[in-house]
Amino acid sequence: MSEINVTKKSSIKRNDTGLKVVIYIVSIFFCIMTMFPFVMMLCNSYKSTPEIQASTLALWSAHPIANLKKNWQIINSMDFHPIEGFWNSFLVSTCSTLLNVYFSSLTAYAITAYEWKLKRAFSAIVIGLMMVPATCTTIGFYQMVYKLHLVNNLWMLILPSIAAPMTVFFMKQYLEGALSMEIVESARMDGAGEFRTFNQIVLPIMKPAIATQAIFAYVGSWNNLFMPLILLTDKHKKTLPVMVSLLNGDIYRKEYGAIYLGLFVTVLPLIVVYAFLSKFIVEGVALGAVKG
Amino acid sequence: MRNKKLVSYSKYGYIFAIPFVIAFCIFTLYPIIYTFIIGFTDLKGAGKTDWNLLPFTGPKGEKFYIFKNFKEVLTSKSFGKAFKNTCIIWIMNFIPQLGFALLFTAWFTDRRSKVKGTGLFKILMYMPNIITAATLAILFNVLFGYPKGAINDLLNGIYKLFGQTRKSYEFIAHEWSVKSIIAFIQFFQWYGNTMINLIAGVIGISPEIFEAAEIDGANRVQTFFKITIPCIRSIMVYVLVTSLIGGLNMFDIPQLFIDIRCNNAGLTTNMYIRNQAFFGSYMYNRAAAASVIMFIIIVALSALLFYLMRDRDEAKLKKLKKMELRAAKKGL
Repeated sequence: MSEINVTKKSSIKRNDTGLKVVIYIVSIFFCIMTMFPFVMMLCNSYKSTPEIQASTLALWSAHPIANLKKNWQIINSMDFHPIEGFWNSFLVSTCSTLLNVYFSSLTAYAITAYEWKLKRAFSAIVIGLMMVPATCTTIGFYQMVYKLHLVNNLWMLILPSIAAPMTVFFMKQYLEGALSMEIVESARMDGAGEFRTFNQIVLPIMKPAIATQAIFAYVGSWNNLFMPLILLTDKHKKTLPVMVSLLNGDIYRKEYGAIYLGLFVTVLPLIVVYAFLSKFIVEGVALGAVKG
Repeated sequence: MRNKKLVSYSKYGYIFAIPFVIAFCIFTLYPIIYTFIIGFTDLKGAGKTDWNLLPFTGPKGEKFYIFKNFKEVLTSKSFGKAFKNTCIIWIMNFIPQLGFALLFTAWFTDRRSKVKGTGLFKILMYMPNIITAATLAILFNVLFGYPKGAINDLLNGIYKLFGQTRKSYEFIAHEWSVKSIIAFIQFFQWYGNTMINLIAGVIGISPEIFEAAEIDGANRVQTFFKITIPCIRSIMVYVLVTSLIGGLNMFDIPQLFIDIRCNNAGLTTNMYIRNQAFFGSYMYNRAAAASVIMFIIIVALSALLFYLMRDRDEAKLKKLKKMELRAAKKGL
């Protein structure tokens, strides 16, 4: 009996190494596949167009610095202004993230900490709305904004994030586990107003949830293309993704190096942020999955 | 005592919910209702904002003239094409996405082989998800370029290694290669995200269940299909719902893959809506009708999927209630 067990164990072990090799090969292949486009983007951004036409795959260029300068001049000479786009995107993403997490926390607190008549109906509506995509409202939204003469106004991209049902839902789930009413009560005893209690006691408790949601709100807003493409027609108001979509135009057809550099500039901030926060971001995704 | 306190504070519940409600009414509810109404009007033409509701019977006595825009959208060839494309591209992306995500989930959470470096794999595989979709679309567009592009260069190089010559292929000029590329970019961007969601679900399963399965002599494949998958069913439905809604809203990637020669291979419903409203004759009414149709489809599908997801918990609740009732009866 024990002999059989031993042989079984050893056979499992032998199977293991075979399986492990397969696992590592496939995983590494997928990682290379994932990195390949980005490596190509980086390596071609400092090449000249003839060099790219000779070979896209070559990793190095004869005159990287000179080519980089030239490509940068080309993208700036067209309607592509990376700095302006970066600033607009930064403005929109930062403001809408702040509004999103602050007001979502406030709404979630209203649902969790207080008893009010319409509370149940309200939270049911929030959950029901989670899945309604903003694009279904586009035409009405555009008409409204147009009537108010607010086309090209970046605030029209920022203010809607005050009402973010998805974030409210997540915050509510988090608060239900993390908030104890005793802390709130004791703050009340000390004479703090309700609003102050929220800002000084509840918000710090919610920090982990806020951090996770802030990252996703920021990335989502930074990458948004549909709404900005419809609302922004002034070339000085365009956000980075709208500018990126300009790179597809015919004027760039021949300037491959400039296209690669333009793309690289637009993802550089994202890659830098990801390099520092990747572990945290991946954990945040996992947290959202379990809660959702 | 406690109750009294709660009651006296209840007005703050309303006050704190006010900003959400106001912003929601202005930026979501009003535009939804407005979009619905525009679907029944004659609003078209660049920059126009005044409209008239369509009469119920048309000038030539057509019945149900008020639904004209909806009829036009539903019978239009390009909307049909757009809807078909959207569904096909979503399916082409979702099946391999879920498949590979499940495979990696099985591998990375396997208790017996204990794969090393999963943290790094997860981080690398998730990375495309945070990159701007528009950037990825253009990047792939140039990588699949013709006659010189990284993919053509790579394939030509491989052929050369085996002493053969290959002609560069013009990927963006053929219907199915365009669809495949768009589906691949979607896959590329989302498989890591799906995998992390699933892994989180597996980690949440109590280890005792796996131990029991091991003791009972279940092998890896059995454990995965009989235990892991049923346990992460609700997360899989969640992934399915979010992916489906995202898929029906596909815009950024196909938008940047327009080529006249590929027979509108990448035309999606959102692109159709934008093209109707902001190009040509600015048919706001028709675009609004198309939005309403998509809205109804999305709401119906997510309601259906949510119903499927809820099913189990409700059944459990019912059981509990029955048991309580029985206990109460016994007590009597």
